[in-house]
Amino acid sequence: MTIPVLEITNLHKKFGEVEVLKGIDLTMQSGNVVSLIGSSGSGKTTLLRCVNLLEDYEDGVVAVEGEQIGYKQHKGRRIRLKEREIARQRAMTGMAFQHFNLFPHMSAIHNVMLGLIKTRKTPKDEAYAAAEGWLDRVGMKNWKDHYPGQLSGGQQQRVAIARAIAMNPVLMLFDEVTSALDPELVSEVLAVVKDLASDGMTMLLVTHEMQFAHDVSDTVVFMQDGRIGEQGPPEQLFHNPKSERLAAFLKNSKF
Amino acid sequence: MDIMQALDAIWSARWPLLDGFGNTILISAVSILLGTPLGVGVGLILSYGNRVLRFIVRLYSDFLRGTPVFVLILACFYILSIVGIQLSAFQAGVFALTLFCSSHVGEIVQGALKTIPKGQTEAAKSVGLTFFGTFFSVLLPQALRMILPTWVTTATEIVKASTLLSVIGVVELLLATQQVISRTYLSLELYFFAGLVFFLINFAIEKAGRFVERKVSLPN
Amino acid sequence: MDYDFNFAAVWRDFDILLSGLGLGLVLAVISIAIGCLIGLCLAFAMLSKKRSIRWAATVYVSVFRNTPILVLILFTFFALPEFGINLGKIESFIVTLSVYSGAYLTEVFRSGLVSLPPGLREAGLTVGLTEFRTKILITIPVMFRRVLPALGNNFISLFKDTSLAAVIAVPELTFYARKINVETFRVIETWLVASLMYVIACSIIAAILRRTENRLAIPK
Repeated sequence: MTIPVLEITNLHKKFGEVEVLKGIDLTMQSGNVVSLIGSSGSGKTTLLRCVNLLEDYEDGVVAVEGEQIGYKQHKGRRIRLKEREIARQRAMTGMAFQHFNLFPHMSAIHNVMLGLIKTRKTPKDEAYAAAEGWLDRVGMKNWKDHYPGQLSGGQQQRVAIARAIAMNPVLMLFDEVTSALDPELVSEVLAVVKDLASDGMTMLLVTHEMQFAHDVSDTVVFMQDGRIGEQGPPEQLFHNPKSERLAAFLKNSKF
Repeated sequence: MDIMQALDAIWSARWPLLDGFGNTILISAVSILLGTPLGVGVGLILSYGNRVLRFIVRLYSDFLRGTPVFVLILACFYILSIVGIQLSAFQAGVFALTLFCSSHVGEIVQGALKTIPKGQTEAAKSVGLTFFGTFFSVLLPQALRMILPTWVTTATEIVKASTLLSVIGVVELLLATQQVISRTYLSLELYFFAGLVFFLINFAIEKAGRFVERKVSLPN
Repeated sequence: MDYDFNFAAVWRDFDILLSGLGLGLVLAVISIAIGCLIGLCLAFAMLSKKRSIRWAATVYVSVFRNTPILVLILFTFFALPEFGINLGKIESFIVTLSVYSGAYLTEVFRSGLVSLPPGLREAGLTVGLTEFRTKILITIPVMFRRVLPALGNNFISLFKDTSLAAVIAVPELTFYARKINVETFRVIETWLVASLMYVIACSIIAAILRRTENRLAIPK
C-alpha cells in the first residue's frame, strides 16, 4: 500500500480555552479531491490551516507523505521543529487563500517566482520560464507584468493559485477561494480549480459552493462542532444525508 | 526695511553664513543617517522582540517622544559632560537629535509593519519562506513604501530641530544669522532670510521625497 | 561616574516647575484654539473652487510647516516690532504658535473633510439647509470626531513646542529648569525631573484624549 498524501489522526486544536477541533481523522490518497463543508465556526478552515501549520495543533498527528508536519517525537515528548524545517514542510503543500494575499509590491510573475527562487533555489531564468508556464495554465500569461492592484479579484485569485501550484505541491489547499469574489468572477476561478482536479492533483478544499463541491470532489466531509459529522461520496452526502444537521445545512445552502 | 542694505550685509557675511549653512546640513544629515538605522532597530524590537526587550525599548521610545527636543538637547548638553563624557556642543546636539530621530523612526516602522495584513506573512509561509525570507522579500519592501512619506517628514523635522542647537552655542545657520544681526541690527530682514533658507531646504527635501515616492509607487 | 544625587534643590523649587508646566499647558490650549480656527478656514480654502484661494492656502501651509518654529518665534518677537507691532513675550509666543499650528491643522482638517462621504453634504442640502448651515451642523461636527486622534497628537506636539518659549524668557517649565540648572548645578536631577514632567504630562493628556475620543465616538 502506498503512503497516503495526507493522513490526519486524532487532531485536536484549541484557541485559548475553546476547543475548535475535537479529534479529526482524515486520509487522502494521491489524486483525491476532498471538500470540507459545514457552517462557519465548524472548524473547517482551522483544519485546513493545521495542514501547513499556519495554525499549531496541540494533539494528534498531521502527516503529509508520511512526514509529521511541524513536530517530532523526541524521548516521548513532542517538540516543535526548527523554523527552517517547517518552512520546507510548508512548501510540500500549496495554499490558495480567501483573500488571495498576493504580494502587492511584485508583478504577477514575480509573485509566482518568489517561492521558486527563495525556497526551491531555482535559478532566476528557469523560475521565470516556469512561472510563465503556470500563469499560462491559469490563463493569466498576458497579465504577467501587471501588479495585483491592476487585476480583478478573479484574476488575482488565479495568479495566487499559480503561485501555489508552481511549487509543485503534493497537496493543494483551497480556503474558500471564491467567497471574497464578486458573483460574476466566481466561475473563472472555479474553472481553474476544476481543471487542476481533472488533471489528477490532490486537493483539499474548504468551500461554500455546494454545486461545485458536488461536481469536483470524490469525497465530501461535513464538519460540525469541530468533528467530522458525516463523510462520503458527494452523491450520498448531498442526496442522502444521514443526519438531520446535514440535511438542514444543505437546505439552508440552497443546494 | 532696507533690502539693499540687508543684501549687502548678507553678502559681506557670506562666508560665516555659508559655514553655518554647512553646519545645519551636516547636523541634520548625520542625525538622520545615524538615527534611521537605530530607529529601524527600535521598530523591529517593538514588533518582534521578546517581552523584556520590548518593554525596555518601549520605555526608551516613550520617554524620548514625550520629552520636547529642546529639553533633550539641553539635557544631553549639560548632563553628558557631568557624567564624564566630553562631547562638544555640536556632538551633544547631534547625539540628542539622533535619539529623537530614532524614536520617531521606530514608531513609524512599527506602525508600518502592523498595517501589513497577516495574510501576507501567511502567503509567504505557505510557499516555504522562513522568517528572514518573509521579512526581507515581503514585509520590508512594503513597509518601506509606507514609511517613506512619514520618514521624509521626520527628516524635515530634524532640519527644523537643528536650529535649537543655536541655543547651546553651535554656530549653525540660525546662530550665524544672529551673529550678523548683532552687528547690523537688521533683525527683520535677516530672520526673514534665515527662515527662507530653511524653508527652501525643507521644500527641496519634500519635493525629492515626493519624487521618490512616485518612482516606487505601485501601479493600480 | 562620581555623582551624588541630591534632589533636594529640585524639590524645593518643584512648585515653580509645576507653575511653568501649567503655563505651558495654557499656552498650548490657547494656541490650538486659535490654530483650529485658522486651520478650519484654510482647510475650506484648500477645497475651494477658486485656484488662487487654493494656492494661497497651500503657500501658507507649506511655508509655516517648513520653517523652524524657533526662527518664527524669534522673528515675531524681535523683528515684528520694526513694523510697529509690539507684543509682549507671551502674546508674541501665542501668535507664533497659533500661526504655526494653523498650518498643521489645515492638513488635518483638509484630509478629514476629504474623507467624508459626499452624501453627507448632499443630505444636508436636500433637507433644506443652506451650504453654510450644512457645514456648521453636519460636515464640521462629523469631521471633528474623525480627526480627533490627529488633533490630539498635534496638541501634544504643540505642548512640547511650548518649551521653546524659554528662548524669549517666557517663564514656563524649560525656562525654570535652565534657571535651576544654572543656580544649583544639580544638572542631572534638574533635567531628569523636567523631562519626566513633560513625559508624564504628555501621557496624561494622551489618556484624557483617548477617553474623550471614546466618549465622543459615533456609536456603531
